Amino acid sequence: MKLSQLEPGQSGIIKEFTDLEMSVKLMEMGCLPGESIVVERYAPFGDPIAITVSGYQLSLRKKEASTIILQKP
Amino acid sequence: MKVALVGNPNTGKSTLFNVLTGLRQKIGNFPGVTVDKKVGFFRLPDGRNVQLLDLPGTYSLYPKSKDETIVFEVLADKKHPVHPDLVIIIADASNLKRNLLLYTQLADLKIPVIIALNMMDMARKGGIDIDVNELSKRLGVQVVPISARQEENIDKLKEAISNASSVALQIDTIEVEALAPELISQIKHELGIANSYAALQIAHQHQNIHFLTARQSQRISELLDQSLFYSQKLQAEETIARYSFINDVLFDAVTIRKEEVIKESISNRIDEVLTHRIWGFTIFFGILFLIFQAIFAWSEFPMTLIENFFVWAAGISRTWLPSGVLADLLIDGVLAGLGGVLIFIPQIAILFAFISILEDTGYMARVTFMMDRIMKKVGLSGKSVVPMIGSLACAVPSIMSTRNIESWKDRIITIMVTPLVSCSARLPVYTLLISLVVPDTKVWGLINMQGLAMMGMYLIGFVSAILVAWIMKQVIRSRERGYFIMELPVYRIPRWSNVALTMYEKVKTFVFEAGKVIIAVSIVLWVLATYGPPGRQAAAQQQYLSQDYVQKYSAEEIQSLQSSAKLENSYAGILGKLIEPSIKPLGFDWKIGIALITSFAAREVFVGTMATIYSVNGDDQQSVRQKMSRARNDTTGQPVFTVAVAWSLMLFYAFAMQCMSTVAIVYRETKSWKWPVIQIVYMTGMAYLAGLIVYQILK
Repeated sequence: MKLSQLEPGQSGIIKEFTDLEMSVKLMEMGCLPGESIVVERYAPFGDPIAITVSGYQLSLRKKEASTIILQKP
Repeated sequence: MKVALVGNPNTGKSTLFNVLTGLRQKIGNFPGVTVDKKVGFFRLPDGRNVQLLDLPGTYSLYPKSKDETIVFEVLADKKHPVHPDLVIIIADASNLKRNLLLYTQLADLKIPVIIALNMMDMARKGGIDIDVNELSKRLGVQVVPISARQEENIDKLKEAISNASSVALQIDTIEVEALAPELISQIKHELGIANSYAALQIAHQHQNIHFLTARQSQRISELLDQSLFYSQKLQAEETIARYSFINDVLFDAVTIRKEEVIKESISNRIDEVLTHRIWGFTIFFGILFLIFQAIFAWSEFPMTLIENFFVWAAGISRTWLPSGVLADLLIDGVLAGLGGVLIFIPQIAILFAFISILEDTGYMARVTFMMDRIMKKVGLSGKSVVPMIGSLACAVPSIMSTRNIESWKDRIITIMVTPLVSCSARLPVYTLLISLVVPDTKVWGLINMQGLAMMGMYLIGFVSAILVAWIMKQVIRSRERGYFIMELPVYRIPRWSNVALTMYEKVKTFVFEAGKVIIAVSIVLWVLATYGPPGRQAAAQQQYLSQDYVQKYSAEEIQSLQSSAKLENSYAGILGKLIEPSIKPLGFDWKIGIALITSFAAREVFVGTMATIYSVNGDDQQSVRQKMSRARNDTTGQPVFTVAVAWSLMLFYAFAMQCMSTVAIVYRETKSWKWPVIQIVYMTGMAYLAGLIVYQILK
């Protein structure tokens, strides 16, 4: 399941990334495999999204969120 | 002693910088990038003086924008003029894990380093307890808990700076050599450097680093090819290794009390309102309206004061200085130019007060979050909204405010289109021309035609700005990959001394950096409008002294006829006549040509120039309008200001880059003449084309 498929309020644990370049940026920002992510809200026009990860809030576009694969619950 | 301040964005870095240095700050340039070099000074308890360099906030030494490369360059290049003896890294205690990533990278560069642990109180409230001694022991560096906002423990931090050793004592974080053993030793050998991590960073970044010669960079490329270097894969490996080190350290140094996450949920609750699809936009447009009102209305009074002061100063100087060329140069050239610079201070100060509050509170990040989807479509950033609205008042402070747009491409596009939005200087031009050709009548009993025309002009400005942005998005090539990963900082009360310092700093930067160009150009414009080929002006003025004129006109009328003749025979007048053939297709004669040239000082000068040319006493709009409507073409006898000419002229003013202050500030913000020149060319081109089309259709 991709991060971009979660609804606000849902959470998941990062498993892996589908895009290496993006993964480098995301990991620097604390999105590491094994970290849990909560989707807080979507922007009014549906994109970008706001998530909580590593104890802070981060916003990213759905395009970026779709490169994050979550563990199966 | 040279110290550099480094840290993630939103950690209170600039607050700490301001607390340490106060007003003893200096802004200069780093060559090659558009970041300002901010340096401050303070004294240590032991009497030594510290030169503190504020480096741009960054999450990692791997730059996300061109400007962030400066952090690595300054820290890695020992020959760099501001290479520090010591680095203070400021870390947000409530978000320590992510903040320590940058620390581990710095630590491996083997520069002496101190950690300033900010926002301990927030961490505690968020249920995070940090064992400072343990952290310090595990990392092998001094860790000083501080509160930059409350100015707590600043003396302890200063003490730590004086106690800092001149050699790096920190414990190694990861095994850097293990990432690429052979390559690292080859680069170290090739460049004669000792530090393995610097060598690895150079391997990743060599194409963008200024301290490497072209040959060195070429050589490194070859080495990378030989060793099948895969930059991203290696970066990913490195980051994972670093976080595993950090997790180890934090496991021992940090305890998390699960029960409370209060602070964050407050921020969350605020966000539910401020980024709500209805309330969020209502509030946002309310704030935009307030900003617009403020720059437009609140600045009027101080601007009038400044204006009056210069009128008064000019008057005083006239009486004191012996009249002659020197007095004219000083008063009409230099003093007027200085007035033209200082007049912007109120608008710049007000806009930056707002922007600094929006940034400080964390609201700006939400604006970006809400507007990203729409603005992305036209090649702008969510952060472009505030500059675009601000430029309804004035493009100059707005362009300065694009600094906070991280993406280079978004920022350049915003700078390039901002002057298309109709600013307040165009208002007098529009008012004059609309009153000249649009009847003051109502359609359907309620809509005023003149008001409608004015609104149309503002709309044209906005629409063209968006269209041009969209075109530039397709044209401008950028190596940056477009992505959007942005921290949403916790909401905070703004720190008023930060706001005041930002205002002061921006005003100072404008006055000293853009001011130079503005004064130089205004002197040139003054010379053009005042002097002409020897003898010509005198001869032209002489004719009005003949008996015929003296009998027919009053002394005042003769004086204005003379100044009109003087302008006609000045270099500006001659230039106006020179360009007449090229502006004729737009319906403009040489008199309008003169106004186009003098308007480069500021658009509203159009009205004054019209007044002089049509020999009006003073520049009272009413009488200027009457004279203009009575103006006849010398050869055909037809009215000069027909509907076609007026609209062509208005569109010309809507699009043309007739503002030297904007040119100066674009130069200062992009640090090259390339962008201001492109801007002048494309805007003048658009203006010409629009004028041409409208005139040819309407005439």
